[in-house]
Amino acid sequence: MSGMDTLMTDDTRTIGDTLLDVKGISLSFGAVKAIVDVSFDIRKGEVRAIIGPNGAGKTSMLNCINGFYHPQKGTITYKGITRSKMKPYEAASQGIGRTFQNVALFKGMSTLDNIMTGRNLKMKTGILSAMFWRGPAEKEELEHRRYVEDIVDFLEIEAIRKTPVGRLPYGLQKRVELGRALAAEPELLLLDEPMAGMNLEEKEDMCRFILDVNDEFGTTICLIEHDMGVVMDISDRVMVLDYGGKIADGTPDEVRADQNVIDAYLGGGH
Amino acid sequence: MFYREAGQFSSNYKEDQAIFPIRQDRIGIYLILIVAFIVIPLTVNDYFMSAILTPFLILALAALGLNVLTGYAGQLSLGTGGFMAVGAFAAYKFATGVPDMPIVMVLLMGGLMSAGVGIMFGIPSLRIKGFYLAVATLAAQFFIEWLFIKVGWFTNYSASGVITAPPLAIGLPFTDFEYVFNTTTRKYMFTLTFVVVLALATKNIVRSHIGRGWMAVRDMDIAAEIIGFKPLNTKLSAFAVSSFLCGVAGALWAFVHLGTVEPEAFGINRSFSILFMIIIGGLGSILGAFIGAGFITLLPLVLINVPPLLGLNLAVDLIEHIQFMVFGILIVFFLIVEPHGLARLWTIGKEKLRTWPFPY
Amino acid sequence: MEDFLIEFYFFLEVLISGLLTGTLYSLIALGFVLIFKASGVFNFSQGAMVLFAALSFVGVQEKFGVPWPVAFVLAIGIMVVFAYLVEKLVLGKLVNQEPIILFMATIGITFFLDGFGQTIWGSDIKVLDIGIPTGPLFLFDTILIDKLELFAGLVAGLMVVGLAIFFNKTRIGRALRAVADDHQAALSVGISLKTIWVVVWSAAGLVGLVAGIMWGSKLGVQFSLSLIALKALPVLILGGFTSIPGAIVGGLIIGAGEKLAEIYIGPFIGGAIENWFAYMLAMVFLFFRPQGLFGEKIIERV
Repeated sequence: MSGMDTLMTDDTRTIGDTLLDVKGISLSFGAVKAIVDVSFDIRKGEVRAIIGPNGAGKTSMLNCINGFYHPQKGTITYKGITRSKMKPYEAASQGIGRTFQNVALFKGMSTLDNIMTGRNLKMKTGILSAMFWRGPAEKEELEHRRYVEDIVDFLEIEAIRKTPVGRLPYGLQKRVELGRALAAEPELLLLDEPMAGMNLEEKEDMCRFILDVNDEFGTTICLIEHDMGVVMDISDRVMVLDYGGKIADGTPDEVRADQNVIDAYLGGGH
Repeated sequence: MFYREAGQFSSNYKEDQAIFPIRQDRIGIYLILIVAFIVIPLTVNDYFMSAILTPFLILALAALGLNVLTGYAGQLSLGTGGFMAVGAFAAYKFATGVPDMPIVMVLLMGGLMSAGVGIMFGIPSLRIKGFYLAVATLAAQFFIEWLFIKVGWFTNYSASGVITAPPLAIGLPFTDFEYVFNTTTRKYMFTLTFVVVLALATKNIVRSHIGRGWMAVRDMDIAAEIIGFKPLNTKLSAFAVSSFLCGVAGALWAFVHLGTVEPEAFGINRSFSILFMIIIGGLGSILGAFIGAGFITLLPLVLINVPPLLGLNLAVDLIEHIQFMVFGILIVFFLIVEPHGLARLWTIGKEKLRTWPFPY
Repeated sequence: MEDFLIEFYFFLEVLISGLLTGTLYSLIALGFVLIFKASGVFNFSQGAMVLFAALSFVGVQEKFGVPWPVAFVLAIGIMVVFAYLVEKLVLGKLVNQEPIILFMATIGITFFLDGFGQTIWGSDIKVLDIGIPTGPLFLFDTILIDKLELFAGLVAGLMVVGLAIFFNKTRIGRALRAVADDHQAALSVGISLKTIWVVVWSAAGLVGLVAGIMWGSKLGVQFSLSLIALKALPVLILGGFTSIPGAIVGGLIIGAGEKLAEIYIGPFIGGAIENWFAYMLAMVFLFFRPQGLFGEKIIERV
């Protein structure tokens, strides 16, 4: 993916202070230990990758940050507030967005409607206004429709606006899901294998979108990804998990050279 | 050929979002409204109007309510009859307790009381999902039935247990002028207006962010919560709106159709019948509620009237058994062939109409 | 002291009667559990199956004049045919649909079965008498127990033991549990869904027949049997949808609770609370333990 290098060298971003600080998280389901004493941090504006073999606890970690799983031990400090566990609504309203490993779109709705659900936190009109439609409810709907259409343009999915998402091919579904996450104007965007199952062209598009989001809007990105080329090219820092524990954490070059990582994940003896 | 939308472009989001963006649809709905409001009262005979059309409208309203809860928000409810009963009895208490209250307000208050009860029985829906919730709604159904039979206060301690509904009358305040809806046609128009207004209001709610919230919770409630929908609020709003509509329907059923307020009319059979309406008509569709209600209202008539035409004379209870069988078969048939019911078949039909008479 | 003893004996009578009625509920709940455990389908028509099985049992005796053991076998045969048809015409066509669709399909089956049963066998109340001992029995000379209820309790107990062994020890039982967990996965390891479903619905039919015979002996075979089956739902909630012992314990609790409530609380609030008490009890339970006493806790994955 040689084209990626030129994008990264033109680095106009600023990476700021710690946005998310995860300390000593342990999560188990009964006897199954999903995460064992993992700590890491994410700085504002960076692209952070979490990699590791299947079952290493990567998705579980994201679920903890979203508040879907509650870890038995450890704390999560987000934007300065420390909590022992997040609540999903808190996470969402504080600006944490998310896409899912197995596309979690609302299959009964169209692309447009799905992305509009991402605007929900910003829509305030009540049932009574909605009933009358003309007036505040319509105004709000049109205003947010405008924003969503901008996202649709950005992601180049105009043609499938009205299609029920259940009918879309997998790659497009993942793009719509990204759109839904973007609609909430997140500060921290958690992406769970956003390029899984895509061909080269689709991956390049997705990379471009992710980098644009990070570059133009300053959105902090944390992504789980298995494609090493992508990870090494676009991330600022990488954390490696294996069997629920952290085995490396650093820049892509550092991680690539780490013997533990090579043994566990990148190739070599096992 | 006739149904082509070529040449019709929306030039702003407002047009794109209209309920009927295609001109042919708009013409269609205006025609239907004209027929409903003008043609029918002038031409249809009293029996048809009072025995078929008016109950059809009221049941369509109840089906709309259930569709909001089960079709849009995905919360299966077997207690529709109970919520209708709450509306009917609450309206009765308001009408008798506050005699000066305008009849429209009385009916709306019945709906509001029902909404309150709906919210109460919806609170468990956060912890209880799917079939468990269905059983909880059954609990509501049985308990409410029992309550209205046993507790005399609801029937104003009537000795016979059968209470007459107060007359539908609109009066101008501070005058003696009163317009009483006591003829079949007047009752029909009264009901029609109520139902059309509430259906429009419901459609508006459904296409707003509130409706999207319901569908999100239905399709994937975990994802919905993670992206910021508060599950309890979303579910409770569905229960509230749904029960409101069912409550108004129940009040209308008692005041306009039956003339009496009795718990038997709102038993478990009623709940099932309305569930059938939305399964056959189409889950998650406003149009579907009407189609389903029409279907279920007309089916018994077909079953009663067609066999004699074919020379078969069947006993009354046999007809009832056959009706059950036909309902059962239809439910299974629709679930297999088109889970989205007749409304989806209608949409598909319209798609075919776009190219008719050419195949492509 | 005398008064207290009398009260206490009365309490025991009500309790025992309730427990025994509870076992009858359990019998019906067992049918639900079988089907849910093996196919993930919540079979709303279990009650209708109980009624249909009982109607067939009595109807066959009436129409063909055969002795009841023969009628029993014939009724089982009818239920197997029913299971086969359900698989072919309904379940087979709805593979992979959401559970709620399957549930609604069973509501459709309920209505069909109710109508069909009454069309074929007639809708008057039928007497069911196969010689099960009836009448009162006095425990310790003072406590009154109904013989029929006692017999039903024993039968229910035997069925439960039999079914538990079936599920846990036999090969087919294991296959049934696999199917309940994941249709697709079971298919991919070569388990024939069709066969499993026919087997399990037949088993539920058999359980339904036994339940129908017990209830029918007690109340006569009539349409309201189908409604009694609705009572099994609170039992399932208490006991969990996938647990056979849960169905028993749930049934006992509901049966006893209902009777006791009717006698001791009922008079204060107007009586006839049997209609909804079971449901309210189940709801309260649900609040504290949404998966029931014995049900499995579901861990959701995103």
